[in-house]
Amino acid sequence: MRTDITNINKQTPYTGLTEALEVYAGGTSVHFNTGDWRNNTPVYHADKCRQCLLCAPCCPDSSIPVTDGKRAGFDYDHCKGCGICAEVCPFDAMEMKAGNEV
Amino acid sequence: MSMNENTNQNTIVEAIPERMSGNEAVAYAIRQVNPDVMPAFPITPSTEIPQMVSTYISNGQLDTEFIPVESEHSAMSAAIGAEAAGARTMTATSSAGLALMWEELLLAASNRLPIALTLVNRTLSGPININCDHSDGMGARDTGWIQIYAENNQEAYDNYIQAFRIAEHKDVRLPIMICQDGFITSHAVQNLYLLPDEAVKDFVGTYEPEEYLLKPHQPMALGPYSETDYVMEAKKNQLDAMNRSRQVILDVADEFAQMSGRSYGFFEEYRTDDADYIMLLMGSAAGTAKDAVDELREAGIKAGVIKLRVFRPFPEKELAKALSGCKACAILDRCESYNGNSGVLGSEVTAGLYRAGVQIRTLNRIYGLGGRDFTVDSAKSVFEELTNWMDGGEEPLQNEYIGLRR
Ligand code: SF4
Ligand code: SF4
Repeated sequence: MRTDITNINKQTPYTGLTEALEVYAGGTSVHFNTGDWRNNTPVYHADKCRQCLLCAPCCPDSSIPVTDGKRAGFDYDHCKGCGICAEVCPFDAMEMKAGNEV
Repeated sequence: MSMNENTNQNTIVEAIPERMSGNEAVAYAIRQVNPDVMPAFPITPSTEIPQMVSTYISNGQLDTEFIPVESEHSAMSAAIGAEAAGARTMTATSSAGLALMWEELLLAASNRLPIALTLVNRTLSGPININCDHSDGMGARDTGWIQIYAENNQEAYDNYIQAFRIAEHKDVRLPIMICQDGFITSHAVQNLYLLPDEAVKDFVGTYEPEEYLLKPHQPMALGPYSETDYVMEAKKNQLDAMNRSRQVILDVADEFAQMSGRSYGFFEEYRTDDADYIMLLMGSAAGTAKDAVDELREAGIKAGVIKLRVFRPFPEKELAKALSGCKACAILDRCESYNGNSGVLGSEVTAGLYRAGVQIRTLNRIYGLGGRDFTVDSAKSVFEELTNWMDGGEEPLQNEYIGLRR
């Protein structure tokens, strides 16, 4: 039986887990808020951004969503604050600030 | 190492008399089962198994996908990948080859992948040696695999044919090791009865896992990182599956007996009904111990043998019951565990007896390391220690080596 794993959490008794902790779905990492770990937070300066879109594919956590060919802010639920995006931007449209506050 | 006592000619399916080595018998069983994938790397004394399987494939008698990997670490990794993808998968190894699989053995079990590994028991060096003892299998005792041991070629063949039904059962889904003694069983040619191809095919059936990675339109992830909050719950589920395998092992053995006329359980009891003195051991040496028992019975000594077949899960309650009527039991281990007290069987059987409140005397002995001969006289010397002890003599020293030069 394919258990809906979104119903499994840290209170679920052992009998309620899937065998071998199998995960019965695709793209389930979206349920896991890796943004909790963030020590540094990227800040977006829209006025400097030229929409070259170099940053979006460089993000290891797909945390720079692109809609209709344009990026906007960050997906802070999943951004881990690695700083790669700020490093690759040719126009200094992002900077990193300390802490995980948005 | 006599033929199975319980071989019965009036079986449902035809019994085909043959003579084969243990490796040949297992390779023949693999041809009959026709698994989907076999990744393997050669190591003495199991090398013949992948070699013979490759020959079957070259001759068009088998359509198994054989993967010639570069190490046993890769063999078990490939087996995990293939089994997770949904393919019935097996491999073969011995000794250091099993040791190199170690990390993956635990993953195969925790990922609940019913891989069948045929283990041809060889000592785990050092000193470097290619001959039989059980240190490879005993070393892997805590990896979460089911382990079944054979006394002779017939049992190695029969156990292999039962393996997939046990491992793949929906209540179990655990990997399984089918073990036989290196050289003594793997290379010695013995008479045995084979089953017809069709009978094996029907018995084993096709592999239809409920979930697997290549299931169309049903995405699944296997082996995710598990935080502290989930590890103990996952282990408990794994343990429950191992415990459920007890009934499955017995049920599959029953069905196998109906087909073949040859019966199996957790262990075999040989002349133990009224026995005062019992020798408990695993593998080919059990045949030698039975011959010793026959001679002792002639001389009026009530001796018997318990040959353990299923080592994991460990049948501690059943063993305690089977031993409860005797005065003393010699527990023989074919591996050293360096606790200074006993080998693995010595520790586990004694713990089972204590828990069950069975207060018989036990004597731990180590034998056959690195292929050292274990003869009828060796077995008789241990029984003599038991009888002297029970006749009022001093308690013999525990954990001694049989046949050690002094
Ligand atoms: S790399 Fe810089 S300029 Fe280019 S889209 Fe990203 S933020 Fe905008
Ligand atoms: S800081 Fe790292 S994780 Fe966050 S948006 Fe930039 S590249 Fe992605």
